[in-house]
Amino acid sequence: MSEILVLVEQVDGEVKKVTLELLTLARRLGTPAAVWAGPGYTPEAKAKLAEYGAETIYVAGSEEITGYVVAPKAEMLAQLVGEKSPAAVLVAATAEGKEVAGRLAVKTDSGVITDAVGLGDGFVAEQSIFGGGVNVQAKVSRGIPIVAVRPNSTAPEAAAGAGAEEEVSVSLSDAAKSARVVERVKQEKGARPELTEAAIVVSGGRGVGSAENFSVIEGLADALGAAVGASRAATDAGWYPHQFQVGQTGKTVSPQLYIAAGISGAIQHRAGMQTAKTIVAINKDPEAPIFELADYGVVGDLHQVVPQLTEEVDKRK
Amino acid sequence: MNIVVCVKQVPDTATERKLRSDDKTLDRDAVDGVVNELDEYAVEEALKLKEAHGGEVTVLTMGPGKATETIRKALAMGADKAVHLIDDALHGSDALGTSYAMAQALKKIGFDLVILGSESTDARTGVLPAMLAERLGTPQLTLANKVEVDGSSIKIQRITDYGFDRVEASLPAVVSVVEKINEPRYPSFKGIMAAKKKPVETLGVADAEIDAAQVGLDSSWSQVVDFAPAPPRAAGTIVKDEGDGGAKAAEFLASKKFI
Repeated sequence: MSEILVLVEQVDGEVKKVTLELLTLARRLGTPAAVWAGPGYTPEAKAKLAEYGAETIYVAGSEEITGYVVAPKAEMLAQLVGEKSPAAVLVAATAEGKEVAGRLAVKTDSGVITDAVGLGDGFVAEQSIFGGGVNVQAKVSRGIPIVAVRPNSTAPEAAAGAGAEEEVSVSLSDAAKSARVVERVKQEKGARPELTEAAIVVSGGRGVGSAENFSVIEGLADALGAAVGASRAATDAGWYPHQFQVGQTGKTVSPQLYIAAGISGAIQHRAGMQTAKTIVAINKDPEAPIFELADYGVVGDLHQVVPQLTEEVDKRK
Repeated sequence: MNIVVCVKQVPDTATERKLRSDDKTLDRDAVDGVVNELDEYAVEEALKLKEAHGGEVTVLTMGPGKATETIRKALAMGADKAVHLIDDALHGSDALGTSYAMAQALKKIGFDLVILGSESTDARTGVLPAMLAERLGTPQLTLANKVEVDGSSIKIQRITDYGFDRVEASLPAVVSVVEKINEPRYPSFKGIMAAKKKPVETLGVADAEIDAAQVGLDSSWSQVVDFAPAPPRAAGTIVKDEGDGGAKAAEFLASKKFI
């Protein structure tokens, strides 16, 4: 079977879960090959990628790859596509992953599909558009399929691959080195998982009432090992930092479980969370549209319900 | 500084958006068009840069005749002039076709800085700014929540999953902005009146030296195979909190093996 390139997402050398999901998807459609971009490759990373089915691991370890915005990754991938003629390239549908996919598509004269929530035979991708109102099957019709797949689109399953390493050397063009990253600023987010990748997300909205009260939301999130999100009403009010906003102009999440507390569920919010597998809503207003989406809903004051839920979760641990 | 700000007319999110049954493209006639929200931040940023450094702000949009509404809004906010890329041949272009057509128009207009919103609320692909940078061979300064220009050098803060990157480059460059980089101004009455007299140039495919074989639905690099309204979610269980709502929710989470 032909090779499918999977661009590895990693933080400080640790392979992210979405990459294991992509390897799992790639295994169903071809022979998975992981592509490591930038420094930080370790024996642990190799072991992880092989555990989830990577037959080959292409390692482009040069610091230059991550020293500039996006373009070097696309250039390196385009070179690999030229050399290896893969059947497809899969990337994570993160903001940066999609940008890499876009540039790679231009370079290789290939089509790109973004935000796939599933991928089947013939690389037909499933997408959920218009705030979750319409399901689309789409495919690439020119060039090789480049597909950006959303985190949590499939459950990662281990299945050992050979993990044969191959070093990739790239000589970057001047154009790829034109937007220089001079500093990376890491903002403290504690031990919580990343919002777009988390299996469980607990979000608070207008009903939370104040910045201080977000500790109620954080308490439940920590009990569940979840990420914290917020509606636009909450971020606009300054109760929670803007980068945690879930919705049309913020982050799109697709977790196994989404708990919405004090969020009415306007279309702008639904656009960011409607593909969650299970949705639980807590809201005082029984008419809130969020209850139309909820698998389980509690009509009540989140300030009573959420702490009780947190306590129950802790008890059952 | 010659700034071109790219804006897109999108269907109002509050209305029901549909794909056309004939060619599976977005039905733009059936809905009210509004300025893509993130593009309003782009217009505001362009105006602020002009106010600080001088120069001219040109609005560029690609879309059908109706998109002039969006051009007028950007002009009313304070942009100086506009270019409307309009041609039936462009209908149904995907991101690759659109970025190619926009890049051709941008080359024709000329620019020191291109600014646009980081994604549109209709297609939400988020790939166009990166594709434009690739096609124009200029630095990609995308997902910016802060932009500073000093002579021919430009610095941005690029938001990331872990915080942000500080990025530096030289003009000309392509910048995409995220929500909250600024507070877009409302057009004043004076601005709205003045906008009616500002020049709007229309460009067709031939004018912008766009190869018609590389744009439009039939040339798209990707295609919609099929689509259907999402099946309604099965009605859930809704309970009223009677002092035991949290415990009941915990029961539900346990039944689904989340705890």
